[in-house]
This record gives sequence, structure tokens and C-alpha cells, in this order.
Amino acid sequence: MSSGDLIIEVGSQNEDRRAKELSANGSPRSVQSRRVWRFGIALIFLSGALVLLGVGVGSTGWESLTTMWEHSLAMQIVWDIRLPRTVGAWLAGALLGLSGAVAQGLFRNPLADPYLLGSASGAALGVSAALALFGVSPFATAWLVRLGLTGAAFVGAVSAVLLTLLLARGVQHTLRLLLAGVIVGVVLGAVGSLLTMLRPDIVQAMQAFMLGSTGFIGWSACAVMVVVLALCVLASVMLSHALDGLSLGEATAASLGLPLPQMRAALVVVIALSAGTAVAQAGLIVFVGLAAPHLVRSVVKTTHASLIVLASLMGAVLLTSADILSRWLIAPQELPVGVLTAILGGGYLLRLMHSQRRYENGGGL
Amino acid sequence: MLEVIADSVAVEDSALSMTDVCASLGGTEILHQIHLAIVAGAWTSIVGPNGAGKSSLLKVLAGLLGHQGKLALFGKALETIPRRLRAQQMSWLGQSENSGEDMSAWDVVMLGRLPHQAWLASPSAADHQAVEQALRRTQPWQWRSRSIGQLSGGERQRVLLARALAVDAQVILMDEPLANLDPPHQADWLLLVRDLIAQGKTVVSVLHEISFALQAQHMLIVDQGKVLHCGASQDETTHRMLEAVFEHRIQIHTVQGQWIALPK
Repeated sequence: MSSGDLIIEVGSQNEDRRAKELSANGSPRSVQSRRVWRFGIALIFLSGALVLLGVGVGSTGWESLTTMWEHSLAMQIVWDIRLPRTVGAWLAGALLGLSGAVAQGLFRNPLADPYLLGSASGAALGVSAALALFGVSPFATAWLVRLGLTGAAFVGAVSAVLLTLLLARGVQHTLRLLLAGVIVGVVLGAVGSLLTMLRPDIVQAMQAFMLGSTGFIGWSACAVMVVVLALCVLASVMLSHALDGLSLGEATAASLGLPLPQMRAALVVVIALSAGTAVAQAGLIVFVGLAAPHLVRSVVKTTHASLIVLASLMGAVLLTSADILSRWLIAPQELPVGVLTAILGGGYLLRLMHSQRRYENGGGL
Repeated sequence: MLEVIADSVAVEDSALSMTDVCASLGGTEILHQIHLAIVAGAWTSIVGPNGAGKSSLLKVLAGLLGHQGKLALFGKALETIPRRLRAQQMSWLGQSENSGEDMSAWDVVMLGRLPHQAWLASPSAADHQAVEQALRRTQPWQWRSRSIGQLSGGERQRVLLARALAVDAQVILMDEPLANLDPPHQADWLLLVRDLIAQGKTVVSVLHEISFALQAQHMLIVDQGKVLHCGASQDETTHRMLEAVFEHRIQIHTVQGQWIALPK
């Protein structure tokens, strides 16, 4: 480090921060990675607190939690209802945050969200078709119906993505993929609405799905989400160099010797799988996938490997808090969690948009 | 065209060569049967009017655009060279591409080291050193921790230039490297290229600044998807061809021993 550098550094605005950066063997990485770690750990602690809170909130209140060792009913409420749904909300949020971060990186578009490839309307169509076929019979147990609906939503979401890929003739042309996703979304959405209109008896069940709910998430659903989340985090972190490279443009990424076609295909699979799984378990939860990566970027600027992990944690925190609020605000009744994610995520993003220079004059976007 | 090559350099001794290369974009042929050889260890500039196919030509040279015909890097057919090895030998600086808004300058330049890193391996000491060197050479070292989105156009361009240098490749291809640079940094760029040549590297640059292009040893004049002329920048014929390709709207003069192009 020459003394010339030091003089220039001292003159800069963030003297304090800069000085720290300089002391750390000249590489800004250490400071940056410290911030990433600190943020990640904060999000994990917040998650822990939220899960605890989520277990305490419900129609019987904290009492169930405090007496769970004495009363089997309280234990049942906590262990079979509150805990799985809180953990489930965390997992679904993490899947959506991850999916959003990967989608925004892959499509190099800050407006990209997990449902970009048509999975949302595909899932909605799947659910409405299942409801129309099997009906909302009051005799079928809620759990059985729910299991069928989960399957239908997942199959619908994945088929919609496949349809998008088919229309776009592969994954190599990003803009074509984006447009095909929009087309599939609109067409499948229209078909789904038509189906719902023809069968007025399924309207309410459909509406509940469209607004998203964590109320039906059990331990088996959590297990599925844990496995998918682990796979997707692993895969996307391993492929994050492709996203970093792509942010410098297609040609530059290719010039770095990255096998782009294969990496891109794998990333599309990650988006489809994580969004499809989340949608199948928790319904159409809007805004978490879009907002989570932006919220992370507002705190720390980093490469995609850390961004993806942090966006997952952020999405998880976002959905868990929305879930708790949805159960608590008008207790003992519940608000649909999707309404709250829209208000929470949307509100915060709006605040960010107005407080940050980068969103002005379109330069940041 | 073949005789032009014959008196400049044989295909075997060239850093990069094209034989009978055609390329299409969106169904229209944009490069027609191009033969050329880029001299190793020298600076070649590509000039021509807007839409002549300069950038496409450079992209094909870098193996980044689909094409028919033969391409060779140091006499070896390009498609037979593994992707990674090719990325180590040839570095690319594109024109007005996205530039990773949220990454720090350091992270962006570190991407230039990807061809040298094993998959999933963290950067080695050599990588750190190469990045530092590249950042110091083009001066963004002082703001290496700032994100690209916070930089001005010229600062950003210097970071991207550092990224291309960090690859430490034998052949460096640059598409309009002077874009957004102010005069002192344009002069710095010139010194940098001379420095690279002195180290035995090969530089190919597409330039709109004809006076800068005339500083290169060799010049490729491109028009309507064809190589119109290929020769030494100091040559009288090159100057006449240059004036002709720009419809005699410019004139080449010599000022203090340097060739410059002035509008006519």
C-alpha cells in the first residue's frame, strides 16, 4: 500500500469504512464478506425468533406453548399445527426468495420473479382442474383433498414451465423465454379462470389458493420443501459463477469459458423446481420472490453465491413474519398470507425505491 | 485479399486467422468470405463506417458468434481448443454490455480470473495478485470496493478494462475500448496497449477514433461485411483507403510525427 493511496482514501466520503478496508490486507473482500456473514447471521437469528413467535401465536395463544409439556392437547396444537406451518412458511419463503434471486440473475431483469416461467398460472390451472374434477366434497377429509391439490399444483406448475420451454424452443434465448413465459401465464390463467367460472362451487376454494395459505402445511410438506431447498441452494450456489458472468453480458460470460447452455438449463430447472414446490405447498404467494433479492441488495452488494443464500433467508423471514401477522392481526380469524406479503413486501420495496438513487432515471434497472 | 495476407504475415505465424469465414445474424449474412491474419505480438486496429461489421468481425475472431469457415488461434483450429484453454488465451472486452450493477469493482475484475480457477475453488494468491495488478494498472484500485452501479461511465469502462487484463491472456480483443474515457484516460489506454505489446501480447481493437487507430502497427479496414484493406498503419495506401472508406470526409495528416485524421 503506497502512501499515495492512503491520502486519496482519507479524502473520500466514508473515511471510516475505507480505512478499515485498507487495513484488511488491501482486499475489500474481507470487509464485504464480513458484512455478508453478519447479515446472514442476523437473518438466521431473526428466523429463530420468528419461529418461536409463530409457535406462540394462535387461537389458544401462548398458553399452549407454556403448558405443552403438561397437556397433550397443547402439545398437539404446537407440534402438529403451529410448528409445521411456521417452519413451512419459512421454507416456502426461502424457496421463493431463492427462486427470485436466480430468476433476476438469469434474466438480468430486476422485475423477474419466480413465477416468470408460467408456474403460477400453471399451478392455478392444476388446482382448479383438480377441484372441478373431484369437487369440493364436504365428505372428503380436508387433508386428502389438500394432498391431491398439492400434487395438482406442482404438476400444473412444472407443466407450465415445460410448455414455456417448448414455446421458447429451449433456454438459450432469454428474451424469447421471457415472452413465452408471459404468453403461457396469460393463456393458462385465462383457462383457469374459465374453469372457475363454469364451476361456481369451487370459486371459494380457488380464491383461497390464489391468495396463498400456510394453514395446510404439515410435516411431510416440510420434509419435501427441505429436500428441494437443499438441492436448489446447492445447485444455484454451484452455478452462481454463470450468473456473475452473465451480469457482464452474454459475450463476456461466454469469453470466460463458462459452459453457458448447460448452466442456463440447470438454472431454469432450479427456478421451476423451487417455485413449483413453494406454490404447491403454500399457494400463490406474491411478492416474496420479487422483493427478497432487492431487500438483500439494499443491505449488501455482493456476488450471486451470497446473494442467493441471503435472498433465501430474507424470503423465509418475510413469509414467516407475514404468516404470523396474518394469524395475529384479526385473531382468532386469519387473513390470507398472500395479502400480507403483498402489503409488506410491496410497501418496503416502495420505500426502498424512493430512498435509493439507483432506481432513479432507470439507471439501476 | 490473399495477397494482402501474403505480404503482411503467413497464416501459420499469426495469433488469429480467418479463412473463408462467413457469419449471419438474424438470417442476413453480415460477414462475407473473410480471409485475414492477425500478427502475433502486435497491435491491430479494426476501423470502418458504422454497420460495416467491425464488432461482428471481432466477435467471430473471439469465437463468440456462430460462423462458417475456419478460425485458428496460434495456428490451431479454434473449435478444437477446449473452452477453458481458449478463455485463458483470449480475453474479450465488449461494447456497452451490462456490467453487473451490484458487484464491486473487485468482484467484477475477479471474474476475469475464472478461466484460471478450478470450478468452485476459491481464488488463489495468484488470482488476488493478478486482480490487484489489473486494478492498479487501469486505476480503479482506489474504488475497488464500490459497486459498478455507483460508477460513472468512464470509471466503469476502466473496471471492465481491468477485468479483461486480469485474464492475463496472450490475445486481447477490445471493442471500442475508448468509449466513455476522457482524454487523459484515452492516453493512458494507449500507453497500456503499448505496454502489452512490449510484453509480447497481441491486441486487436475496434476503434472509431481514427487518430488512435493509426497508432496501431496494423490496420484492418472493414466495409459492408468485407475486409477492404489490411496493411501497416503508416502506409500511404492504408491512408488513402481509409479516406476512401469514409467517403473522403476525413483526411490523414501528420502532426509532430504522428498521423491524425481530421474532418474535411
